[in-house]
Amino acid sequence: MQRSAIKAWFVLHKWTSLVCTLFLLLLCLTGLPLVFGHEIAHLTGADPEVPAAPADATLRDLDAQVATALQHFPGNVPLFVGWDPDAPLMYVNTGARTDTPAPQMQTVLLNTISGEQVPAPQFNEGVMYFLYRLHTDLFLGLPGLLFMGAMGLLFVVAIISGLVLYGPFMRKQRFGTLRTGRNRRLAWLDLHNVIGIVTLGWALVVGLTGAINTLAKPLEQAWQTQQLGEFAAQYAGQPKPTQLASLQAAVATARAAEPEMRPAFVSFPGTGYSGDHHFGVFMQGNSPLTERLYRPVLIDATTGALTAQPQLPTYMTVLLLSQPLHFGDYGKLPLKILWALLDLLTIAVLVSGLYLWFKRGNTATRVAEIERAQTQEVA
Amino acid sequence: MNSPFVAPAWITLASLVGLVSALIGDGLFDVVSWLIFSGLIALFLRAWMKRDRR
Repeated sequence: MQRSAIKAWFVLHKWTSLVCTLFLLLLCLTGLPLVFGHEIAHLTGADPEVPAAPADATLRDLDAQVATALQHFPGNVPLFVGWDPDAPLMYVNTGARTDTPAPQMQTVLLNTISGEQVPAPQFNEGVMYFLYRLHTDLFLGLPGLLFMGAMGLLFVVAIISGLVLYGPFMRKQRFGTLRTGRNRRLAWLDLHNVIGIVTLGWALVVGLTGAINTLAKPLEQAWQTQQLGEFAAQYAGQPKPTQLASLQAAVATARAAEPEMRPAFVSFPGTGYSGDHHFGVFMQGNSPLTERLYRPVLIDATTGALTAQPQLPTYMTVLLLSQPLHFGDYGKLPLKILWALLDLLTIAVLVSGLYLWFKRGNTATRVAEIERAQTQEVA
Repeated sequence: MNSPFVAPAWITLASLVGLVSALIGDGLFDVVSWLIFSGLIALFLRAWMKRDRR
C-alpha cells in the first residue's frame, strides 16, 4: 500500500475511533446487563414466575382484562395490550392520552386466566430501565437516539478502516501473532489486532444493527404516514371513535384472518401504530425468525370489521430483523453468554485502542511503522 | 504467505453464519451458532496461550 493511502486510512481510523470510543464503551458496559435483561428480570421479580396454564384453560375475556387494568389507573385510556409467549401473562399499557410516550405509560400485568393482577414493577422504572435509556438515547429522546446511531456508524467505519490497516501490519505475520515480550506498545498493538479480527463480523453486525435500531421512531412514522395513511384516508372527515368495538372480537377476527400466527400485541386507535380508527393486531409466527416479523391486522375500532392485512414494507422488515441481531436474545442462554463475552472482547479492543492512542507518536511515525511492517517484522 | 485478509474473511463469514443460524431455527440451528461463536473465542484464547514472550 502506498504511503499516502496508509496515511489516509490511518487518519480515518484514528479519528472515527477517537470520536466514538467513549460512547462505545458506554454502549458495551450498559449493553452487558441488558443482554441478560430477561434473566435479571426473573431474578429481581420484575418478570414474575407464574405456573404454566393447563392446555385446556379458558382465557379471560380481553375486554374484562382491559377494564380490570383501567381500575388500577382511573382516568387512563388503554394504549397497548400484549402477551408473554412463555407464561399465562399479559400486560395492559395505559396512559392519560392515546399519544402518551413510553416513559409516562402505566402498566398492569394480569394473569390471562384468572384476571388477577400480578405484582410487578413498571417497565419504565428501575435500574434496568435506567441502563436501557442510557444505552439507547442518553435520556435525550430522538436527538439522543440519532446521536447514538451516528456513533454506531462511526464504529462501523472505524472497524473497516482498522481492517484495511491490519493488512500491511500482518503481511509478514501469521494470524493470531501476539508478541508480548518485546515492548508494551507492540503487545497492545498485537492484542488490538487479534481481538479486533476475532470480533470483526460480530461487531460489524451489532454496530450496524444498533445504528438501524436508532432509526426505529422515524421509520415507524414513515410507515404510519405511507402505508397506514392509505387506510386512514378512507376515514377522512370522520370523528375519532369514542366507543370502541370489543377487543376480544377484534383479536378473534385477526386470529381467523391469520390462523397460522398468534397475536403478539394490540395497539389501540391513536397510539401511532394503527391510525386513529383501527385496532392494530400484530400477529407473529412460531419460528425464531417469523416471531419477529410481525404481520399487522387492522380491525375497524368502531365496527370490529377486518379492514386490511398490509405487508410490512422492506424497511420495517429490516428494522424488525435488526433488533434480535443487535440484542442477541434469540439463541437462548448460551448465545447470550457468548454475546457477553464478545462484548467484553470489544471493550478490550476499545481500551487497547485508547492505550495505543495515549502512547502514540506523531502520525508520520505511525505511518512509517505500518510501512515497515509491510516489508519486515516490527521490532 | 497467504493474504493477511484470508483469516478476517473466514471469521466474518463464520460470524454471519452464526448470527443468522440461530435466527432461522431452533435446536440444531442454535447449536451451530453456539459452536461458531465459541470457536471465535477459542481462537483468541489460542492466540493468548501461544503468545510469543521473547
